[in-house]
Amino acid sequence: MTPLLQFEAVEKSFFGVRVVKQVSFKVGQGRILGLVGENGAGKSTLMNLLGGNLQPDVGSMQFNGNIFAPKSPGNARDAGIGFVHQELNLFPNLSIAENLFLTDFPVNGPFIRRGVLQQRAAALLKQVGLDLPPVTPVEHLSTGERQLVEIAHALSFDARLIILDEPTTSLSTRESERLFSLMRQLRSDGRSIIYISHALGDILRLSDDVVVLRDGEVVGDFSAAGLDQSKLVSLMVGRELKQLFPTRKPASAGDGTNEPSSLMDVRGISQAGVARDISFTLHRGEVLGISGLMGAGRTELARILFGLDPHELGTIKVEGLELTGSPKRRIQERMAFLTESRREDGLCLEASIADNMALVTLPSHARTPLRLLDFTRMREALGKIREAVRLQSKLNDGQAVKTLSGGNQQKVVLAKWLLAEPRILILDEPTRGIDVGAKSEIYQLIHELADKGAGVLVISSELEELTGICDRIMVMSAGKITGEFASVEFDRERILNAALPA
Amino acid sequence: MKNSFRRFLILALNHAIFLLFVAVLLVFSLLSPKFFTTGNLANLLVQSSSTAVVGVGMTFVLLTAGVDLSVGAIMFVAAAVAGKLVLLGAPLPAVLIAIVGVGLASGLVNALLVTRLGILAFIATLATLYVGRGFGLWLTQTRAMNLPDSFLTLGTTKLAGIPLPLLIAAFVVALAHLTLTRTPFGRQIYAVGNNLDGAKKAGLNTGRVLASAYVLSGLCAAIGGILSLAQLGAVSPTFGTNREFTAIAAAVLGGTSLFGGRGGVFPGTVLGAVLIQSVENGLVILNADPYLYPLVTASIIFLAVLLDSTRSRLLAHWSRRRVFVEKTI
Repeated sequence: MTPLLQFEAVEKSFFGVRVVKQVSFKVGQGRILGLVGENGAGKSTLMNLLGGNLQPDVGSMQFNGNIFAPKSPGNARDAGIGFVHQELNLFPNLSIAENLFLTDFPVNGPFIRRGVLQQRAAALLKQVGLDLPPVTPVEHLSTGERQLVEIAHALSFDARLIILDEPTTSLSTRESERLFSLMRQLRSDGRSIIYISHALGDILRLSDDVVVLRDGEVVGDFSAAGLDQSKLVSLMVGRELKQLFPTRKPASAGDGTNEPSSLMDVRGISQAGVARDISFTLHRGEVLGISGLMGAGRTELARILFGLDPHELGTIKVEGLELTGSPKRRIQERMAFLTESRREDGLCLEASIADNMALVTLPSHARTPLRLLDFTRMREALGKIREAVRLQSKLNDGQAVKTLSGGNQQKVVLAKWLLAEPRILILDEPTRGIDVGAKSEIYQLIHELADKGAGVLVISSELEELTGICDRIMVMSAGKITGEFASVEFDRERILNAALPA
Repeated sequence: MKNSFRRFLILALNHAIFLLFVAVLLVFSLLSPKFFTTGNLANLLVQSSSTAVVGVGMTFVLLTAGVDLSVGAIMFVAAAVAGKLVLLGAPLPAVLIAIVGVGLASGLVNALLVTRLGILAFIATLATLYVGRGFGLWLTQTRAMNLPDSFLTLGTTKLAGIPLPLLIAAFVVALAHLTLTRTPFGRQIYAVGNNLDGAKKAGLNTGRVLASAYVLSGLCAAIGGILSLAQLGAVSPTFGTNREFTAIAAAVLGGTSLFGGRGGVFPGTVLGAVLIQSVENGLVILNADPYLYPLVTASIIFLAVLLDSTRSRLLAHWSRRRVFVEKTI
């Protein structure tokens, strides 16, 4: 059988730098192809070529047996290629049905045929297993449901090939499972899927074939059967990444003693609908993980600790003194909060690397009497911190943050907070959407901080990550702490059980 | 208990226009027996027709997350051109065609500045505001132009007992309402206003959608200018001044968001226009100091914008994720 899609020696350069080199691979009819690679390996460029946002310099693509050279997203769509991007492209102020047929409304003269619109939308929703009235505004939908709407959109123009780019990063486990079974069903309908993800376990579980990209080149093209995760990782990184997680020295208080000494004492925090009687202690030099399912209240707890949201009951004490007031006060107390959505809450995307890094500590670089910024001193501090977070040296301080890969963006956010020399660092999903290499570096940074005596609170949905880097793990479920495990008793099953709703 | 309070508050904010409307009617009715009479109310509606029509055009632009500051100037140019032609003895149909032409052309200029040259709507329409006013002043030689009574009958003619301006306004509103709610173009306006980049990615011709909104706004402004002219009977050098703000206030009071993507012309903008006119009408009846009018109008606009931002903020705050449901005993 002829493959549905074929890349033939495709190349693409930007400003003389080849980002896609001699890429050739095939996507078979009715197959799921897993596409993996570190951030910056060329996956996005490749998909932009396929979607008609970019045109290849050299080489060609074939789709359905014909030469395929899309000039615009419209061309790709007309050919039968549907994209579901990581950042969903839906309009929350419109209904599901309107979103599905926005460019293709069934009309009668100038008017939309509303009955036909609802009918067609309902049929599509049924195909993706979404049991909602088509008139529901998209703003009432969860992320998982919105994703299904995007897939329904691809089906609305009968896409033969559907590209799913990191579809599960913001889905709960149950929503992911639902998506996976839909993917399998689409495959059995004879449609093909390109599945891009950093979740290698899912890639191996779902894909028929796996293509590995590194530095713009195909470094592996396998049948998924017989592959394993460590092989994929070593191909992606290009070296045997022996240890994703650095070895953890026993927790120390930073003063040479091994006595745990309390840094932050949280007692009886409660807030209606968000937190129930939460008490715990964070010690000096400790990495404390918070595990739990999506929506267990972990981010909400972090926001309360950082003073972003109020709490009705309970106290937060840092070294015996009660914390009150706004995030500004918390920052003065040397607390830092790395949010889960770095693009929205963590960075000024249009601003430069330097401006972003200096944001929190800007006042400390001002010189009296006029409080003007001392740029020499600031640059010096920035230079040091760049090294500390291992930001790639080819990146220019003046470059806009939005041009960086996810891993480098996260390093900029970390640098911003590290400049303030925090004693308490709250990290919410610090490695989401980041490639393996950068992940490992961020883990090392976390440990270095703890070794210097800071207390680090890590929220993560990846259990493996928490067991890999934490000294202790707390589990939350429905706004309550439902379990606590010291590193010797880390056990996937027990932690998961504690996380499940009672 | 808390939830029902919230629901009530949101309901009140979403329907603030109705509450305000009732409050205004009540206050003026109590202050003057002349206010709540059939004659005055009918008069009020006719007076509102111009603001409503201009507000309808403004609603289209606001829905795309833009703004059109030039509508007052377009009203002035349209009225000045109409006045000139009438005084030169041009037949009525020619005058009307010229006015439509003025509206479409002005809107097209705004559209090109915003979509082709990529100038911020605020700046682009501010520029056309000044160009329009300058052109109008040159055309009228900064002298007031009094129109013959034959033209003024336009404002008082009745069809089936309904004043012509009211009929025209109703027609414009109905057409706009159908366009926004029932046509692909209308729904695409909401998409563009919500997320311009997203709309582009979804394959919409965003340039055309945006341009159409500005052209429609220009057209509505020209029609509104003539409705005003028919009532005032003269084109003074200040004709249409500050009417962009009344139009924005009418739309925003009616629930259209300055952030784009939310709102509509009916009942929204229409009620907003009538509300603003009621206040002005009431002040006239009460013989209030004319220098107070701008202050009162300013307060209304402030109130409108405050309502918009409060509603957005509360909704964002309350729609925050809850992780468990509080059990009620």
